[in-house]
Amino acid sequence: MSENERDFTIKSYLDFLAEKKLMGSKCKNCNATYVPVRKLCTKCNTANMEWIEMSGKGKLAAFTSITVGTPFFVEKGYGRNKPYCFSVIKLDEGPMVSGQLIGVDESKPETIKIETPVKAIFLETELKGETRVDLGFEPV
Amino acid sequence: MGKLARKVALVGAGMCKFGANFPHQRNPDMWVEAWLDAVRRTDNGIEPKDIDACYVGNYSSDLFNHQGHLGPQMAGLVGLVPKPASRFEGACASSGIAFRQAIIAIASGIHDVVCVSGVECMTELPTTGVTDVLATASDSLFEYPAGATFPGLYATLASAHFHKYGTTVEDLMRVAIKNHENGKENPYAQMQSSIKDIMNSKISKIKASGGEIPDWKDEFDFLKSRSNPMIAYPLRLFDCSLVTDGAACLFIAAGDVAKKFTDTPIWITGTGQGSAELSMHDRESLTSFIATKEAARQAYEMSGLKPKDIQIAEVHDCFTIAEIVALEDLGFYEKGKAVDAIKNGETKRDGSLPINVSGGLKSKGHPVGATGAAFAVEAFKQMRGIAERNRQVKFDVERMLTHNLGGSGATCVVTIFEK
Repeated sequence: MSENERDFTIKSYLDFLAEKKLMGSKCKNCNATYVPVRKLCTKCNTANMEWIEMSGKGKLAAFTSITVGTPFFVEKGYGRNKPYCFSVIKLDEGPMVSGQLIGVDESKPETIKIETPVKAIFLETELKGETRVDLGFEPV
Repeated sequence: MGKLARKVALVGAGMCKFGANFPHQRNPDMWVEAWLDAVRRTDNGIEPKDIDACYVGNYSSDLFNHQGHLGPQMAGLVGLVPKPASRFEGACASSGIAFRQAIIAIASGIHDVVCVSGVECMTELPTTGVTDVLATASDSLFEYPAGATFPGLYATLASAHFHKYGTTVEDLMRVAIKNHENGKENPYAQMQSSIKDIMNSKISKIKASGGEIPDWKDEFDFLKSRSNPMIAYPLRLFDCSLVTDGAACLFIAAGDVAKKFTDTPIWITGTGQGSAELSMHDRESLTSFIATKEAARQAYEMSGLKPKDIQIAEVHDCFTIAEIVALEDLGFYEKGKAVDAIKNGETKRDGSLPINVSGGLKSKGHPVGATGAAFAVEAFKQMRGIAERNRQVKFDVERMLTHNLGGSGATCVVTIFEK
């Protein structure tokens, strides 16, 4: 199915992620860009979107290094002795997104600097025989 | 627009002792205890026949206790059936919303007297379960898969605040130290100990067990030590509010019937509610809560008061950073300047703007759905000069504000009380 035949739904967004593409929706009326996808543009109140592939490049806007993690991350082996980073990234195209930040020293979070340039990566996890893909980031 | 069509007064308020009450007490037990406490504090008494409706704030009894439909469950316990009984949900602002909706219902003329309450029983689940339930108040589609926990989201906000304004971990610690000092004076609080008390008790235990005595000079050293484990950098255990079971109950009445219950009603002169995108990454700012700003704007406008007119406030300190951000967003201090006021002691009980004299969520405890109503209980006590132990502020409180934030800041309710 070509990109613009896909509905502007969360499922489509996640399907793209599984194909290792970070896709957003861009309002054809006012050019506002949304990641994750939106069907309705809240800037101009129209529903006239097109898919655009994001560069995946951005800067670290905010982060934390988590020692008491979610069940999903505990299952992935993270915890008190192996913290992980949750981050909010400001994409070069404007929108902010959440993702795990890898390639940093999670045990020394004071060494991680806001505004560090990052790029998107696609994190594969095997869970119960299925592979899931989540959006992540690493320093450029 | 934006005005109450009838005057509304708080005429009675009470709560149960907050703590790890389960299994000794479950939601119905705590709720009835709070009801009885509120009846006892209503000067001329109040009976079910005086009350038109029962509003219950609760976040997630479905997931914590496998029980929904709390409105009639609670109404049935005190003889309020068959009157309308409803539950309201807005994460940690659930009973703040119930309170506001009751104010609106009275102002509209539909009801004259409403019982507003909040209840939450969290410790029925182990900590991992509590963490998971709380996470459903944030975005489970995109934040949760990225690893966000509730402390993690506030820690993320803290990192942005540190970066933009130079806020430090010591600034966070001052909030925790102050709120524990206040909670020590609150017999209804979950942790009635100062951080110095907790530190000294740890030292005594280490001495008794023959261990190496730590060289903590003060609370800051203790709070930077391994005895205060990291939860989500930069937030440690003592930056986080408690996991709590509790209930609070309020009676509010239309101006013309309030005198039936008391000669000294507390007037609700401002109420505001705001919202923000559920996901933090969808918001314009990572260092400020737009929901707080909007709720405050409405409440100030309705009351005709300005931030400088407020004498004392209870703010939503679910995490230490949240108190700092609230003091800025409510207009008490400029962005980045609240930490200086905290350092100067302005927000202590004897300061120029006492904040969280109840002990806050940090020390009093945070049964999420009960928190909004419990803020009003402290307003009732402080404005009547009846706060227990040494917690009563030393001046006559004529104007007080409460701030109740939901989730990672997607809902906020602000209320202004006047005598």
